[in-house]
Amino acid sequence: MNALKNIRWRHYINYIVIGIFTLVFAIITLTGGRLDSSLLFMLEKVAISIVLAVSLSIVVGFLGELSLGHAGFMCVGAYIGGKVAAVLEPSLGNTALNVLVCLVIGGVVAALCGVIIGIPALRLRGDYLAIVTLAFGEIVRSLFQNSSDESFGGTIGLETPRYTKQYLFIIAFLMVLLTLLVVQNFIRSKHGRAVTAIRDNEIAARASGINVTKYKLLAFTISAFFAGIAGVLYSFSNYRVQSANFGYNYSIEILVMVVLGGMGNINGAIISAALITYLDSKLATVLTGDLAVLQNLIYALILIVIVIYNNAPGLKNFRDRYNLTVLLKKIFKHKEDPARRTDDAAKWDVVPTKIEMNEILSIDVKPQDLSSDKPTKGGDK
Amino acid sequence: MADYILETKNLGISFGGLKAAQDVNIRIKKNQIYGLIGPNGAGKTTIFNMLTGVYKPTTGTFYLDGEELCGLAQDKINHKGIARTFQNIRLFNNMTVVRNVMVALHNQPEYKCSVWESFFRLPRHFKVEKEMRAKAKELLRIFDLEEERNNLACNLPYGKQRKLEIARALATNPKLLLLDEPAAGMNPHETEDLEKTIRSIRDQFDMTILLIEHDMKFVAGLCDEVTVLNFGTVLAEGETRKALKDPEVIRAYIGG
Repeated sequence: MNALKNIRWRHYINYIVIGIFTLVFAIITLTGGRLDSSLLFMLEKVAISIVLAVSLSIVVGFLGELSLGHAGFMCVGAYIGGKVAAVLEPSLGNTALNVLVCLVIGGVVAALCGVIIGIPALRLRGDYLAIVTLAFGEIVRSLFQNSSDESFGGTIGLETPRYTKQYLFIIAFLMVLLTLLVVQNFIRSKHGRAVTAIRDNEIAARASGINVTKYKLLAFTISAFFAGIAGVLYSFSNYRVQSANFGYNYSIEILVMVVLGGMGNINGAIISAALITYLDSKLATVLTGDLAVLQNLIYALILIVIVIYNNAPGLKNFRDRYNLTVLLKKIFKHKEDPARRTDDAAKWDVVPTKIEMNEILSIDVKPQDLSSDKPTKGGDK
Repeated sequence: MADYILETKNLGISFGGLKAAQDVNIRIKKNQIYGLIGPNGAGKTTIFNMLTGVYKPTTGTFYLDGEELCGLAQDKINHKGIARTFQNIRLFNNMTVVRNVMVALHNQPEYKCSVWESFFRLPRHFKVEKEMRAKAKELLRIFDLEEERNNLACNLPYGKQRKLEIARALATNPKLLLLDEPAAGMNPHETEDLEKTIRSIRDQFDMTILLIEHDMKFVAGLCDEVTVLNFGTVLAEGETRKALKDPEVIRAYIGG
C-alpha cells in the first residue's frame, strides 16, 4: 500500500484507463465471447486515431511546428505494411507474428520518410514547413495512386491479407499503449525538455547549446514512425488500402484531434481522438437516407461547440474537481509529500479553482469587516 | 596565445554595404570582467552575435582559450564554452524555473542519457534526471531563486528573470560569459545587487565575463578593462577609468 501512495497517479492514469479498457474487451473475446464486428471495427478505428493523434502531438504540441502531412506518413506505413503482409502470408500465415513484423517494417519505413523529408524541411519554420509537409502528403498519395497494378494496385488500391478481427483490436490497443509509453517517456526526459525548449524560444535554445536541427528531426521521426504504425493497423483493419483515403483532409482531421485536445496535452489528444472517431462513424450510421447529407454539417457543428465550450470556466472547474486523478487519490488516500512535489505537479496544483478562490475570498473578507471601515449609508455627513 | 581567454583578430561584419563592425580586436584575460560599451548602434550586440555564432563574421576570426571557434554553429560554440544572455530577456516562458536551468544542463557530459534510455525509462534516465534537478537547484540557490523553482519563468519579476537568464547561461558550464545589458531596466538597488552577483560569479565560478552596458557608473565600478565602440570601430580600449576619460569617448557620448 505504501508503494501505491508514492506513485504519481497523474503520470500513469492514461495507461491504467486504456489498459483496463483493453483488458475488458480482450477477456470477452479470448474467453470465446463474440463481439459484434462493427464494434470491433470501431475499436480498431479508435485505436488508430489515438496512435495518430498522440504521434502528431509531438510535432504540433511539443515542438510547436505545424505538420499537415501526417496522413502521408500513415499512407507509407499502410502500403508498405500491406505489401509486406501479402509477401509474408505464404510463410508466416495469418498469425500475430506476421502483423508484428509488418508493424515494425511499416513503422521504420515511415520513420525513414520522416528523416528524408525532415532534413530539408526542418530548416523551414511555421507556415513554410506546413506547406512542405502538405506537399509531401500529396506527393506520397499520388505516387501510390499512380503505381502499377502489380506493385501497389494503383487507383484500385492494395488488397491486404485478412487477419482475424477478434484479435486485431487487441494488437491495435497494445500499439496505443506502446505509443503512449514511448511518447510520454520521451516528452518527460531531458530530450523532450529540449524539444519543449525549442518551442518556447528557439534562439535561447540554440544559445543554451541545444542542437535544434537534431531535435526537430528526432521529433519528426518519432512522429512519423507511429504514424506508420497506425497506417499498418489501418491496412489490416480495412483489408484494402486506397490512396484516396489519405488526402490532406485526413491530415487535417488528425490535426483537429490534437488541437481539440489542447496543445501539448497527450491525454486531451487521446480523449478527443476517441470522441471524434466515435462521433464520425456514429453519425454515418444514424443518419441514413435523406439525412445523410447532414452528416458533415452536424459533425462540423459539434466540433465548433466543443471548441468554444472546451475552455469555458464552468467546465474547467468541473474537470478540476471531478477528474480521475482526484478520484484515485481519494480511493487510495493518496497524500502528496511536499518534498516529492515535482515542478509540473506544482504548476497545476497550486492554482486554486474558481470555487476555492471564492471560498478563500469569503473567509478573508467578511461583510462586517467591510462595514466597520466604511461609513454606513445615511450616516453622519 | 592562451594568455588570453578570448582574443578576436580583426573581427568584422558587413550587411550589404553597412559595415556593422570593423577590425575589432579584443583581448580578455582570464578572470577579468571586461566591458564593451558605446553609443546606440555602435555594434556591441553585433559583436556578441558573432562571438556566439548567430552571425558569421565576414572578416577576421576569434579564439577562445587558443582554439579558433569562428564559423561554428551556435550550439557548438556553446559546447566549447561561450554562454550568453540576451538584451531582451529570452527565457523558456512556459517552463518552470528549475526546468529552464535543466535545459541548459543538457550537454554536460555527466548527464549523458541516450534517447533509447529515455524512451524506455532505463535506470540511467532516473539517475540523470535526479542529478540534473539537484544541480539545477544548487545553481538556483546561488541566485536566490530556489524558492521560485516551481513557478513558471514568465511569472517571475523582471529582476529575477534576468538572474534566471544568467543562471541558465552558467548551467552550460562556460569559460566565458557574455552579458548583454544585464542592468537594463533595473532600479539602482537592483543594479547594486547585480554588481555583487556578477562579482561573486567571477569569484565562485572562476569565470571570465564580457558585458555590454550603458550604465557608466555600473561599468566603472565593475569592469577591469573596457573597449569603447563607435560606428563599428574601436574608439578606445584599456583600463576602465582611463578609457572613459578619453576625449574621443566623451565626444562620442556627449557630442561636441
